[in-house]
Amino acid sequence: MIKHALIQFKPYKAQLEKNKAQLIALFKALKDEGVDVITLPETCLSGYFLEAGVREEALSATEVSVLLQDCLNAASWTQPVDICLGFYERFNDDFFNSALYAEFNTTQAGIKHVHRKVFLPTYGVFDEARFVSRGKELNAFHTRFGQAGILICEDAWHTSSAAILALKGADILYIPTASPARDLNSNAPGNAERWRATSVGIAAEHGVFVLTTCLVGFEGGKGFSGYSSIVDPYGSVIAEAPLFHEHVVITDVHLEAIQVARYENPLLSDLQANLADLQQAFAETNGRVKA
Amino acid sequence: MSIPILKTHGRPQKALELNLPLLTDFLVAFLQDEVTRRKGFKTVIVALSGGVDSAVTAYLAARAFGPEQVIALKMPYKTSTPDSLAHADLVISRLGLREDTVDISDAVDGYAALVPGMTHHRKGNVMARMRMIVAFDKSEEYNAISLGTGNKTERMFGYYTWHDVADASPVNPLGDLFKTQVFALARYLGVPDEILQKPPSADLIPGQSDEDDLGISYERADTILIHHMAGYEDAYIETLGFSHDEIALVKRKVARTHWKRKLPINAVVSSTAINEFYLRPVDY
Repeated sequence: MIKHALIQFKPYKAQLEKNKAQLIALFKALKDEGVDVITLPETCLSGYFLEAGVREEALSATEVSVLLQDCLNAASWTQPVDICLGFYERFNDDFFNSALYAEFNTTQAGIKHVHRKVFLPTYGVFDEARFVSRGKELNAFHTRFGQAGILICEDAWHTSSAAILALKGADILYIPTASPARDLNSNAPGNAERWRATSVGIAAEHGVFVLTTCLVGFEGGKGFSGYSSIVDPYGSVIAEAPLFHEHVVITDVHLEAIQVARYENPLLSDLQANLADLQQAFAETNGRVKA
Repeated sequence: MSIPILKTHGRPQKALELNLPLLTDFLVAFLQDEVTRRKGFKTVIVALSGGVDSAVTAYLAARAFGPEQVIALKMPYKTSTPDSLAHADLVISRLGLREDTVDISDAVDGYAALVPGMTHHRKGNVMARMRMIVAFDKSEEYNAISLGTGNKTERMFGYYTWHDVADASPVNPLGDLFKTQVFALARYLGVPDEILQKPPSADLIPGQSDEDDLGISYERADTILIHHMAGYEDAYIETLGFSHDEIALVKRKVARTHWKRKLPINAVVSSTAINEFYLRPVDY
């Protein structure tokens, strides 16, 4: 059993010290809850829409790790805890929309993984490819609880991304997002409903836990939708946060459910069995959409 | 055979209907974030015209900040219809807002007396911009932010005075709502029937009505607009029940007014030109 705290977070735009203070306050509130893993949204240390301000606000993964340790110390959080969060990253003289997973207050503490967003939305309200570079790798990684993977926002809208991480052994997918609400015609905004369907679809198809942690708050009129969720390997929503507003969801994740779900719905092993043929079929497209 | 058959036309359409409680929650959160959290203001000014846009803005502001933090600013001109003031008063009393009134007649007429040949059209523009000047000045007096009230239909048609009080304000909750959506929100929020039932008008020229000026009803214009803006072609929009002439009318108004939805043009002579090369968001 792994106790997760999903923090649906509203950062102050490009104000690291204020955001750090917010994190300290949250950590103080959570430190006696027995939380094993904290998850935070995409770009949660700076806000999402920075344009060329990315160059001024980006941090290295090490700087973020140090900052998080400072926040834990300030909150007197001395117990072991892992944190997965999204941030604009400065890496090798380049800039990325990244997320790290790090372990704190243990003998093997440190950064366990950094994922650099592969699919950069650059359409409509989005302009990521103009300001950050594209990540090129999708890898699962070890945590002290098991195998995990990270996808950032649009990464998860492509079914192949989650499939790759599941095939590489990830049992839990952490998905930090920043999704501006639009099309408020139904019970939830269109983008939030799409996110819910995506999270449920990934979990049910691959028999994995999917933890989607969403930004909230307004940036220049664009309001991030929230609606964070934890979905079990059957595709059932275990817990969810509300639309638009800051919220913390604490829930246990029982990895034991994975083998049962995959026995009932062995889609991942079917995928493994057919992988060679699929790879051939992918190769035949030559990376092009046929007219 | 008695097998049930389901037939649908399957025609994709963009809906103007919104989840109004959800929209209200969203817009109230927007106002609180943009006015208080980001800019640090607790008080707002809403220039109440007696029409539906400013009434809805006042209702949202009262929810966001509390009625005691909303200053309803009335700025009548001597030819404004008495209904305009009466309907503004109705909103003020229903919500319990603070209020202030500045009659702009002397200021407008003082200027008009200096320039021979003043037309109704020019004078209407002067009135609209005089209200903007007053709203900015009152913002200083009250340490408040003046909320914009322009809706998406009038923005797309350019059917307003550039830099008027509805347009030139730092925060506007209605700018992405078509006029028919504003009406739906108004009904949901409980805006008085007297405001909902009268024909929308800028009230700058006696007897003026929006739909007469535009040559099309808001309901038909908005449906054409939402499909045109999404990228549907004219032939497709015609299949939804609109004439070639109606679609052409709407597209012509949009095409003539792109400039009005942008900041003024600056000559670009460097690689650090603001908003061209030097790119930072508004809330950075």
